Amino acid sequence: MTRKYQNITSKLAPVVSIFSVLLLWFALCEGEVVPAYMLPSPIAVGKAFVNDFPILMQHAAVTLQEAIYGLLLGIVLAFVIATLMDRFPFLYKAVYPLLVISQTIPTIAIAPLLVLWMGFSMAPKITLVVVTTFFPITVSLLDGYRSVDADAVSLMRSMGAKRIQIFRYIKLPGALTQFFSGLKVSASYAVVGAVISEWLGGFKGLGVYMTRVKKAYAFDKMFSVIIFISVISLLLMLLIAVIKRLCTPWERIKDERSQTE
Amino acid sequence: MGFLKTEGVTKSFGDKKVIENISIRLDEGELVSLLGVSGSGKTTLFNCISGLYKPDSGRVLLNGEDITGKPGKISYMLQKDLLLPYYTVLDNVALPLVIKGMKKKQAREKARPLFAEFGLGGTENHYPAELSGGMRQRAALLRTYLCSDGVALLDEPFSALDTITKSAIHEWYLDIMQKIKLSTLFITHDIDEAILISDRIYILSGVPGVISDEITIDEKKPRTNDFTLTPEFIAYKKRIIESLRLSQ
Repeated sequence: MTRKYQNITSKLAPVVSIFSVLLLWFALCEGEVVPAYMLPSPIAVGKAFVNDFPILMQHAAVTLQEAIYGLLLGIVLAFVIATLMDRFPFLYKAVYPLLVISQTIPTIAIAPLLVLWMGFSMAPKITLVVVTTFFPITVSLLDGYRSVDADAVSLMRSMGAKRIQIFRYIKLPGALTQFFSGLKVSASYAVVGAVISEWLGGFKGLGVYMTRVKKAYAFDKMFSVIIFISVISLLLMLLIAVIKRLCTPWERIKDERSQTE
Repeated sequence: MGFLKTEGVTKSFGDKKVIENISIRLDEGELVSLLGVSGSGKTTLFNCISGLYKPDSGRVLLNGEDITGKPGKISYMLQKDLLLPYYTVLDNVALPLVIKGMKKKQAREKARPLFAEFGLGGTENHYPAELSGGMRQRAALLRTYLCSDGVALLDEPFSALDTITKSAIHEWYLDIMQKIKLSTLFITHDIDEAILISDRIYILSGVPGVISDEITIDEKKPRTNDFTLTPEFIAYKKRIIESLRLSQ
């Protein structure tokens, strides 16, 4: 009985907090604490979203395409790099610092360079998404590979397992959980990465829409597109959570256990 | 003779010789214990037998076949069950067969009928996390059994269990050994355990480790805990302690 009650409150808490922020925002606008041209009310933002809905959808399709292609390429790249690094320890030592350095370069600084190199097409946007997304996936995969019990690997070897079989049957499934947590982080970077690269040149996409409405000082549209972008990111993360659930059924048991204990 | 035997197995790591000239044998259906203090090279010897290490000299023979340095013939079981958390119990148990090239479905069908025998009926599609410690050990044993042609190497598999559970699992183990015709080489540092369950005991001691004594326990099995109170038991124990001490 108490657990059920706890469950309800824990599910209700985020709803209440989000609703309170909206309410505060609404109050600030209604009470004219902040002038309407600087902070449009949530209702005005909602209207802007509805009015521009068809245009937003067209732009979103482009941005989402860039984000997903970039994310998929990022996964492939991360998989290749992490697997090679795990297989060859000298490669691990040589490449790891490079990976870390690559992450200290601000996205916004290389985006214009990519545009100069690759033009205004989709290529520089996808490249930027790859650059921002592959790192968390690589690191999580590496950790996942390394989390495998060395004794379990020895045991498999005693059973006559070849290196490729150890990878296929132990390391790869053993790394899945960590892989998905890296992927979740990357998914949230992917949409933002695509939008940032669109700011700096392009014809379509939510980033392009953003720069246009910014130039027009259309704050309501600005707000609606910002919220829209975060909703898209959230949906993408949700999608990954669903895929994770399907791919790692054993995790569910662990979750259920920790809940009952 | 001997179903499984080692002939003069010596192994060093760098300059350090760990075991020297080890010749032991395990006959069909026997349970033989390898008793030694820590650091006497018990695990090194096991790794040589399972093929993970290649000895510097000497041979390992299984049914007359030279399996020195060849993994995949004999498997072992440790105190840790090492069941993979991301496979069901059935897939865990069938994995060694898959590794040996059997089709997944076939491997499952081969493993499935043994579940009841091992007291694991109904757990096939559970994940290891859902099983109790004792059940996990049994599943690990079933896995070892499926991939090792009638021989099991057990490296202190029950040392984490309390005395009562331990004697229950000893009884169960001796019973299942007979049913499935399993021969067992058993590592332990527990003298009482060795006397209770073994047909023969080898004493491994010294640095480098050598076989300093071989004792046949000539008592009917199963031996209950009451046996530990008899003069015979004490006599065995005394002899073992002396052998262990002599070599120090």
